[in-house]
Amino acid sequence: MLVVEDLSLQVGNFALRDINFAVEKGDYFVVLGPSGVGKSVLLESIAGLLTPAAGKIFLRGRNITAERIQKRNMSIVYQDADLFPHLSVYDNIAYPLRSRGEKQADGKVTRAAEMAGIADKLGRKPGTLSGGEYQRVALARSLAADSDIFLLDEPLSSLDAKSKSELRALLRKLNRNGITMVHVTHDYEEAVSLASRIGIMENGALVHVAPPEEIFKHPKSEFIAHFVGIKNYFKGMVRSISGSDLKEFSSGGMNILCLTDVPEGDAFLMIRPDEISISYAVDTSSSRNKFKGTITDIIPAKLGLEVTVNVGVEMVVMISSDALKSLKFEVGKDVWISFKASSCRVYA
Amino acid sequence: MMGWMIPPVKKQSALTLVFTFLGGVILLFIIAPIAGMYLNASPGSLAEALGSEEVRDSVWLSLWVSMAGTLLFSFFAIPLAYILARRSFPLKNVVNGIIDVPIIIPHSAAGIAVLGIITRESPLGKAADAVGLRLVGKPAGIMLAMAFVSIPFLINAARDGFAAVPERLEKIALTLGASPARMFFTVSLPLAWRSILSGLILMWARGMSEFGAVVIVAYNPKTAAVLIYERFTSYGLKYSAPVAAIFVTVCLLIFVALRFAKKKA
Repeated sequence: MLVVEDLSLQVGNFALRDINFAVEKGDYFVVLGPSGVGKSVLLESIAGLLTPAAGKIFLRGRNITAERIQKRNMSIVYQDADLFPHLSVYDNIAYPLRSRGEKQADGKVTRAAEMAGIADKLGRKPGTLSGGEYQRVALARSLAADSDIFLLDEPLSSLDAKSKSELRALLRKLNRNGITMVHVTHDYEEAVSLASRIGIMENGALVHVAPPEEIFKHPKSEFIAHFVGIKNYFKGMVRSISGSDLKEFSSGGMNILCLTDVPEGDAFLMIRPDEISISYAVDTSSSRNKFKGTITDIIPAKLGLEVTVNVGVEMVVMISSDALKSLKFEVGKDVWISFKASSCRVYA
Repeated sequence: MMGWMIPPVKKQSALTLVFTFLGGVILLFIIAPIAGMYLNASPGSLAEALGSEEVRDSVWLSLWVSMAGTLLFSFFAIPLAYILARRSFPLKNVVNGIIDVPIIIPHSAAGIAVLGIITRESPLGKAADAVGLRLVGKPAGIMLAMAFVSIPFLINAARDGFAAVPERLEKIALTLGASPARMFFTVSLPLAWRSILSGLILMWARGMSEFGAVVIVAYNPKTAAVLIYERFTSYGLKYSAPVAAIFVTVCLLIFVALRFAKKKA
């Protein structure tokens, strides 16, 4: 649906170099990278707000590189301050409809507002909304615009944790309803919980584009390797356990007990390697998760060593060189690994 | 703890006292002459001036001609202000400087400059003549003189207003399918409106109080400022003060009313 070919651009301190990626209809594409690598510049050049120095952008097979902004049919949602402050919520949502000369905006405005969960806020001015409501209105406006693609520039960054998770749920819902998303963020949790594909951006270049599992399990970039916790990344199902505050996460024949408020259904699980213990005997601590396996790999990390243990699936455990020496862990040895239910990070 | 906190508080209030005193001197400097002018005009002389058709006509002329000039020139000044706020181009600083020229040159010189372009020998005067419009000694000429000296106030205020509108909102309007014209009228203009209104008020007020440039372009019909001067030179302070008091009152009332309206807007 959207194809970016060899896009290059320089704006102030930000430079994009030979950016290539394609987004299919219905994809949720997340560009993940630290602040100041040019993620916003990339979005703005797709939207036509900045003119690329080289490269091409195609939408539905049509070259739109030189197309006027108002003809591109892509809407952009920023982190904050993107609603028209002098217009009511209703008029903000109706803005794209009126721009197209539609006289009867009522039905579409109401539908978009209901979808975004702000149908009771139509008479308010943007300045009176909470952070979460504000971003919902921005999304409702993009819905009313009937854009081909939503371009999201760190849309959750200025929200508190609760609003963040609610907004994530809304973004997932919109994506499931067929809206194609291109979302830039520096927050890997956002990327994990939303993306169908991730592009890692470093110093103005897209260094790795792949589905989340591949990105996190086989990181090509130091930035991702830095988020070592993501090495233990699993896709699976969450089920409630009657009579317990724990939930069971199942993936690849392995059942893991997790302390989480994520509802039953599809989910992602991450466990940081430094929160997993490794021993020769089954440990007697309060850890709810204990698995027997075989060491398949030991590689030095920035700090200490990463020990890969196959327990049905591969788990990466972080230990110190001192622990390795004194316990004499080696490839091929059988070991037990254990971690607490509260070490599980589960995302719906 | 409290003992530690007191000294800075004391220091600050001493500073506030000194600044309040100094500021008060300035306020007095503005208020005292105007108050003195009112005191110079006896109730009887005020009533007499109010009853004079010449006085009423001159006040009315000042008000409407300046208003007409402000509205007419705003059609040119507001787009210019937008360009200056949003676009960069060669010699932009020079253009910004040119806009302030009417403020810094003597207003009599401004009057001579305006007269030069509107006499019947000038291209503009000839063109006006061709359509039967006289400029010199007519309200149209007065309007040009008033606008010449007061237009910087509108352009500068509008430019600052547009510059304060986040460019991002304009870009968002475009991504939502608005044409550049719709973007301007629905986003840029409404968001800069307070500053523009303030500029319009300033331009109108400055225009209607103009004397130097107006008196050179048209001694007659007399604007209030010219009439005050004429009465002063012909009859002295006693006869000019009531006219001045009336005109200043009208100006102040309008000024206060518009400031109030702007606050509400």
